[in-house]
Amino acid sequence: MVDSIVSAASVIAAAIAVGFAGIGPGIGQGNAAGQAVEGIARQPEAEGKIRGTLLLSLAFMESLTIYGLVVALSVLFANPFLG
Amino acid sequence: MYTFLLSKIEVGSHLYVNFSDTLHFHAETIFVSTLVVSVISLFLILGTRDLNRVPGNTQNLLEVIYDLVKSIALTQMGPSYYSQFLPFVATTFLFVLGSNVAGALIPWKLIEIPSGELAAPTNDINTTACLAILTSIAYFSAGLKIKGLGFFKRYIKPAIFFLPLNIVEDFSKPLSLNFRLFGNVVADELTVTVICSLVPLIVPLPVMMLGLFASCLQALIFATLAAAYIGEVIE
Repeated sequence: MVDSIVSAASVIAAAIAVGFAGIGPGIGQGNAAGQAVEGIARQPEAEGKIRGTLLLSLAFMESLTIYGLVVALSVLFANPFLG
Repeated sequence: MYTFLLSKIEVGSHLYVNFSDTLHFHAETIFVSTLVVSVISLFLILGTRDLNRVPGNTQNLLEVIYDLVKSIALTQMGPSYYSQFLPFVATTFLFVLGSNVAGALIPWKLIEIPSGELAAPTNDINTTACLAILTSIAYFSAGLKIKGLGFFKRYIKPAIFFLPLNIVEDFSKPLSLNFRLFGNVVADELTVTVICSLVPLIVPLPVMMLGLFASCLQALIFATLAAAYIGEVIE
Protein backbone atom coordinates (compact mmCIF):
# COMPACT_ATOMS: atom_id res chain seq x y z
CA MET A 1 0.00 0.00 0.00
CA VAL A 2 2.72 2.43 1.02
CA ASP A 3 4.76 1.34 -1.99
CA SER A 4 1.96 2.11 -4.43
CA ILE A 5 1.45 5.55 -2.89
CA VAL A 6 5.18 6.20 -3.16
CA SER A 7 5.14 5.06 -6.82
CA ALA A 8 2.22 7.32 -7.67
CA ALA A 9 3.84 10.26 -5.91
CA SER A 10 7.10 9.54 -7.77
CA VAL A 11 5.42 9.65 -11.16
CA ILE A 12 3.74 12.96 -10.33
CA ALA A 13 7.01 14.30 -8.93
CA ALA A 14 8.84 13.34 -12.12
CA ALA A 15 6.26 15.14 -14.27
CA ILE A 16 6.43 18.24 -12.09
CA ALA A 17 10.25 18.22 -12.05
CA VAL A 18 10.55 18.18 -15.84
CA GLY A 19 7.65 20.55 -16.37
CA PHE A 20 8.87 23.27 -14.06
CA ALA A 21 12.49 22.82 -15.09
CA GLY A 22 11.43 23.61 -18.64
CA ILE A 23 9.91 27.00 -17.88
CA GLY A 24 12.92 29.07 -16.89
CA PRO A 25 15.35 27.89 -19.57
CA GLY A 26 12.56 28.25 -22.15
CA ILE A 27 12.17 31.92 -21.33
CA GLY A 28 15.93 32.38 -21.21
CA GLN A 29 16.54 30.67 -24.52
CA GLY A 30 13.79 32.71 -26.14
CA ASN A 31 15.40 35.92 -24.91
CA ALA A 32 18.85 34.85 -26.05
CA ALA A 33 17.67 33.78 -29.50
CA GLY A 34 15.68 37.00 -29.92
CA GLN A 35 18.66 39.14 -29.01
CA ALA A 36 20.88 37.12 -31.34
CA VAL A 37 18.49 37.63 -34.26
CA GLU A 38 18.42 41.33 -33.49
CA GLY A 39 22.20 41.40 -33.43
CA ILE A 40 22.43 39.60 -36.77
CA ALA A 41 19.86 41.94 -38.34
CA ARG A 42 21.82 44.94 -37.14
CA GLN A 43 25.21 43.56 -38.06
CA PRO A 44 24.97 40.71 -40.60
CA GLU A 45 28.76 40.34 -40.93
CA ALA A 46 29.04 39.20 -37.29
CA GLU A 47 26.73 36.24 -37.89
CA GLY A 48 29.36 33.54 -37.42
CA LYS A 49 30.55 34.82 -34.06
CA ILE A 50 26.99 35.40 -32.81
CA ARG A 51 25.93 31.91 -33.85
CA GLY A 52 28.81 30.29 -32.00
CA THR A 53 28.20 32.20 -28.80
CA LEU A 54 24.45 31.65 -29.05
CA LEU A 55 24.79 27.89 -29.43
CA LEU A 56 27.17 27.67 -26.49
CA SER A 57 24.92 29.72 -24.22
CA LEU A 58 21.80 27.83 -25.36
CA ALA A 59 23.51 24.60 -24.37
CA PHE A 60 24.28 26.05 -20.94
CA MET A 61 20.63 26.98 -20.43
CA GLU A 62 19.56 23.60 -21.70
CA SER A 63 21.60 21.94 -18.97
CA LEU A 64 19.24 23.48 -16.36
CA THR A 65 16.36 21.54 -17.90
CA ILE A 66 18.58 18.50 -17.97
CA TYR A 67 19.08 18.74 -14.20
CA GLY A 68 15.31 18.47 -13.83
CA LEU A 69 15.34 15.52 -16.20
CA VAL A 70 18.04 13.77 -14.18
CA VAL A 71 15.95 14.20 -11.03
CA ALA A 72 12.91 12.84 -12.86
CA LEU A 73 14.84 9.87 -14.22
CA SER A 74 16.29 8.98 -10.85
CA VAL A 75 12.82 9.20 -9.31
CA LEU A 76 11.35 6.98 -12.05
CA PHE A 77 14.04 4.38 -12.62
CA ALA A 78 16.20 4.38 -9.50
CA ASN A 79 13.78 5.43 -6.81
CA PRO A 80 15.54 5.80 -3.47
CA PHE A 81 12.26 5.86 -1.50
CA LEU A 82 11.01 2.41 -2.48
CA GLY A 83 12.06 -0.25 -0.02
CA MET B 1 18.37 -1.39 -8.03
CA TYR B 2 14.66 -1.11 -8.66
CA THR B 3 13.76 -0.69 -12.32
CA PHE B 4 10.45 -0.93 -14.06
CA LEU B 5 9.66 -1.26 -17.71
CA LEU B 6 7.62 1.20 -19.70
CA SER B 7 7.34 0.07 -23.30
CA LYS B 8 10.71 -1.71 -23.05
CA ILE B 9 12.63 1.41 -22.06
CA GLU B 10 15.27 0.69 -19.47
CA VAL B 11 17.54 3.15 -17.72
CA GLY B 12 20.39 2.04 -15.53
CA SER B 13 20.61 -1.63 -16.46
CA HIS B 14 24.08 -2.90 -17.19
CA LEU B 15 25.92 -6.08 -17.97
CA TYR B 16 27.59 -6.73 -14.64
CA VAL B 17 30.86 -8.57 -14.42
CA ASN B 18 31.50 -9.54 -10.82
CA PHE B 19 35.09 -9.20 -9.75
CA SER B 20 34.42 -9.95 -6.11
CA ASP B 21 31.41 -9.61 -3.79
CA THR B 22 31.69 -5.86 -3.46
CA LEU B 23 33.38 -4.95 -6.74
CA HIS B 24 31.74 -5.27 -10.11
CA PHE B 25 32.24 -3.73 -13.52
CA HIS B 26 29.86 -2.50 -16.18
CA ALA B 27 31.15 -4.62 -19.03
CA GLU B 28 29.50 -2.79 -21.92
CA THR B 29 30.70 0.63 -20.76
CA ILE B 30 34.26 -0.61 -20.39
CA PHE B 31 34.12 -2.34 -23.76
CA VAL B 32 32.83 0.69 -25.70
CA SER B 33 35.10 3.18 -23.96
CA THR B 34 38.16 0.99 -24.58
CA LEU B 35 37.12 0.77 -28.22
CA VAL B 36 36.74 4.55 -28.43
CA VAL B 37 40.08 5.22 -26.76
CA SER B 38 41.93 2.75 -28.96
CA VAL B 39 40.34 4.02 -32.19
CA ILE B 40 41.15 7.64 -31.32
CA SER B 41 44.72 6.82 -30.26
CA LEU B 42 45.35 4.75 -33.38
CA PHE B 43 43.97 7.50 -35.59
CA LEU B 44 46.09 10.17 -33.90
CA ILE B 45 49.28 8.09 -33.90
CA LEU B 46 48.95 7.01 -37.51
CA GLY B 47 47.86 10.47 -38.61
CA THR B 48 50.81 12.29 -37.05
CA ARG B 49 53.43 9.77 -38.21
CA ASP B 50 54.70 11.60 -41.27
CA LEU B 51 53.82 15.27 -41.19
CA ASN B 52 54.27 17.26 -44.39
CA ARG B 53 54.52 20.92 -45.06
CA VAL B 54 51.64 20.51 -47.51
CA PRO B 55 49.01 18.64 -45.46
CA GLY B 56 47.07 15.71 -46.86
CA ASN B 57 43.49 14.81 -45.93
CA THR B 58 44.20 13.23 -42.55
CA GLN B 59 46.67 15.89 -41.54
CA ASN B 60 44.16 18.60 -42.47
CA LEU B 61 41.55 17.05 -40.19
CA LEU B 62 44.05 16.71 -37.36
CA GLU B 63 45.13 20.33 -37.76
CA VAL B 64 41.51 21.47 -37.57
CA ILE B 65 41.02 19.49 -34.34
CA TYR B 66 44.26 20.86 -32.92
CA ASP B 67 43.27 24.43 -33.78
CA LEU B 68 39.88 23.91 -32.12
CA VAL B 69 41.24 22.57 -28.81
CA LYS B 70 44.03 25.14 -28.86
CA SER B 71 41.55 27.99 -29.28
CA ILE B 72 39.44 26.61 -26.39
CA ALA B 73 42.46 26.45 -24.08
CA LEU B 74 43.88 29.76 -25.28
CA THR B 75 40.69 31.79 -24.77
CA GLN B 76 40.09 30.36 -21.29
CA MET B 77 43.61 30.30 -19.85
CA GLY B 78 45.54 33.02 -21.62
CA PRO B 79 48.70 32.73 -23.72
CA SER B 80 51.24 32.11 -20.94
CA TYR B 81 49.77 29.00 -19.32
CA TYR B 82 47.59 27.32 -21.91
CA SER B 83 50.24 25.00 -23.33
CA GLN B 84 50.67 23.19 -19.97
CA PHE B 85 47.01 22.24 -19.79
CA LEU B 86 46.29 21.78 -23.48
CA PRO B 87 46.86 17.97 -23.30
CA PHE B 88 44.23 17.57 -20.57
CA VAL B 89 41.66 19.71 -22.37
CA ALA B 90 42.33 18.00 -25.70
CA THR B 91 42.09 14.54 -24.17
CA THR B 92 38.78 15.20 -22.43
CA PHE B 93 37.40 16.82 -25.58
CA LEU B 94 38.39 13.92 -27.82
CA PHE B 95 37.20 11.25 -25.40
CA VAL B 96 33.80 12.86 -24.82
CA LEU B 97 33.37 13.60 -28.52
CA GLY B 98 34.42 10.08 -29.47
CA SER B 99 32.11 8.38 -26.97
CA ASN B 100 29.10 10.56 -27.78
CA VAL B 101 29.53 10.13 -31.52
CA ALA B 102 30.16 6.40 -31.12
CA GLY B 103 26.90 6.10 -29.21
CA ALA B 104 24.97 8.09 -31.79
CA LEU B 105 26.43 6.73 -35.04
CA ILE B 106 27.25 3.04 -34.55
CA PRO B 107 24.16 0.76 -34.69
CA TRP B 108 24.86 -0.99 -31.38
CA LYS B 109 21.34 -2.46 -31.28
CA LEU B 110 22.44 -5.11 -33.80
CA ILE B 111 24.71 -6.70 -31.19
CA GLU B 112 22.71 -8.33 -28.43
CA ILE B 113 24.14 -8.87 -24.99
CA PRO B 114 22.52 -10.65 -22.00
CA SER B 115 21.43 -7.51 -20.12
CA GLY B 116 21.61 -3.81 -20.79
CA GLU B 117 22.74 -2.76 -24.24
CA LEU B 118 25.81 -1.35 -25.90
CA ALA B 119 25.61 2.45 -26.09
CA ALA B 120 27.70 5.56 -25.57
CA PRO B 121 29.97 5.13 -22.53
CA THR B 122 28.88 8.59 -21.40
CA ASN B 123 25.34 7.34 -20.73
CA ASP B 124 26.73 5.58 -17.68
CA ILE B 125 26.93 8.06 -14.82
CA ASN B 126 30.20 6.49 -13.61
CA THR B 127 32.04 7.56 -16.77
CA THR B 128 30.89 11.17 -16.53
CA ALA B 129 31.54 11.26 -12.78
CA CYS B 130 35.06 10.05 -13.44
CA LEU B 131 35.60 12.77 -16.03
CA ALA B 132 34.23 15.41 -13.68
CA ILE B 133 36.41 14.28 -10.79
CA LEU B 134 39.44 14.29 -13.09
CA THR B 135 38.59 17.90 -13.96
CA SER B 136 38.46 18.75 -10.24
CA ILE B 137 41.83 17.13 -9.65
CA ALA B 138 43.21 18.97 -12.68
CA TYR B 139 42.20 22.40 -11.45
CA PHE B 140 43.36 21.77 -7.90
CA SER B 141 46.75 20.60 -9.07
CA ALA B 142 46.97 23.42 -11.60
CA GLY B 143 46.30 25.99 -8.89
CA LEU B 144 48.77 24.42 -6.46
CA LYS B 145 51.41 24.09 -9.15
CA ILE B 146 51.20 27.63 -10.46
CA LYS B 147 50.23 29.62 -7.37
CA GLY B 148 51.63 27.41 -4.63
CA LEU B 149 49.91 27.89 -1.29
CA GLY B 150 48.58 31.24 -2.53
CA PHE B 151 45.99 29.09 -4.29
CA PHE B 152 43.98 28.91 -1.07
CA LYS B 153 43.61 32.68 -1.01
CA ARG B 154 40.85 32.38 -3.55
CA TYR B 155 38.58 30.86 -0.89
CA ILE B 156 38.38 34.16 0.99
CA LYS B 157 37.86 36.33 -2.08
CA PRO B 158 36.20 38.79 -2.41
CA ALA B 159 35.54 38.76 1.36
CA ILE B 160 36.00 36.37 4.28
CA PHE B 161 32.32 35.48 4.56
CA PHE B 162 32.37 34.02 1.04
CA LEU B 163 34.33 31.05 2.43
CA PRO B 164 31.39 28.59 2.71
CA LEU B 165 30.10 29.57 -0.74
CA ASN B 166 33.52 29.01 -2.28
CA ILE B 167 33.85 25.63 -0.62
CA VAL B 168 30.38 24.57 -1.82
CA GLU B 169 31.40 25.67 -5.30
CA ASP B 170 34.21 23.13 -5.31
CA PHE B 171 31.63 20.39 -4.91
CA SER B 172 28.97 21.84 -7.18
CA LYS B 173 31.36 22.27 -10.11
CA PRO B 174 32.07 18.56 -10.69
CA LEU B 175 28.46 17.71 -9.83
CA SER B 176 27.07 20.02 -12.50
CA LEU B 177 29.66 18.89 -15.07
CA ASN B 178 28.70 15.31 -14.33
CA PHE B 179 24.94 15.80 -14.54
CA ARG B 180 25.13 18.02 -17.60
CA LEU B 181 26.97 15.46 -19.72
CA PHE B 182 25.11 12.43 -18.38
CA GLY B 183 21.70 14.08 -18.62
CA ASN B 184 22.21 15.32 -22.14
CA VAL B 185 23.38 11.97 -23.48
CA VAL B 186 20.62 10.05 -21.71
CA ALA B 187 18.02 12.60 -22.79
CA ASP B 188 19.05 12.21 -26.44
CA GLU B 189 18.89 8.44 -26.27
CA LEU B 190 15.58 8.45 -24.39
CA THR B 191 13.98 10.81 -26.90
CA VAL B 192 15.10 8.64 -29.81
CA THR B 193 13.91 5.48 -28.05
CA VAL B 194 10.49 6.92 -27.19
CA ILE B 195 9.93 8.21 -30.73
CA CYS B 196 11.17 4.90 -32.19
CA SER B 197 8.66 3.03 -30.06
CA LEU B 198 5.85 5.27 -31.39
CA VAL B 199 6.87 5.61 -35.06
CA PRO B 200 9.78 3.40 -36.02
CA LEU B 201 10.35 4.72 -39.56
CA ILE B 202 11.82 8.02 -40.87
CA VAL B 203 10.29 10.20 -38.12
CA PRO B 204 13.17 9.58 -35.63
CA LEU B 205 15.78 10.67 -38.19
CA PRO B 206 15.65 14.45 -37.55
CA VAL B 207 15.70 13.80 -33.81
CA MET B 208 18.76 11.58 -34.29
CA MET B 209 20.45 14.36 -36.25
CA LEU B 210 19.66 16.77 -33.43
CA GLY B 211 21.08 14.25 -30.98
CA LEU B 212 24.30 13.95 -32.97
CA PHE B 213 24.64 17.73 -33.08
CA ALA B 214 23.96 18.03 -29.36
CA SER B 215 26.51 15.31 -28.63
CA CYS B 216 29.24 17.23 -30.44
CA LEU B 217 28.16 20.42 -28.66
CA GLN B 218 28.33 18.70 -25.27
CA ALA B 219 31.93 17.66 -25.94
CA LEU B 220 32.77 21.27 -26.79
CA ILE B 221 31.03 22.50 -23.64
CA PHE B 222 32.72 19.95 -21.39
CA ALA B 223 36.14 20.93 -22.71
CA THR B 224 35.34 24.66 -22.50
CA LEU B 225 34.17 24.35 -18.90
CA ALA B 226 37.16 22.25 -17.87
CA ALA B 227 39.45 24.85 -19.41
CA ALA B 228 37.49 27.67 -17.78
CA TYR B 229 37.73 26.08 -14.32
CA ILE B 230 41.48 25.66 -14.73
CA GLY B 231 41.79 29.19 -16.08
CA GLU B 232 39.83 30.57 -13.14
CA VAL B 233 42.26 29.29 -10.51
CA ILE B 234 45.47 30.25 -12.29
CA GLU B 235 44.55 33.73 -13.45
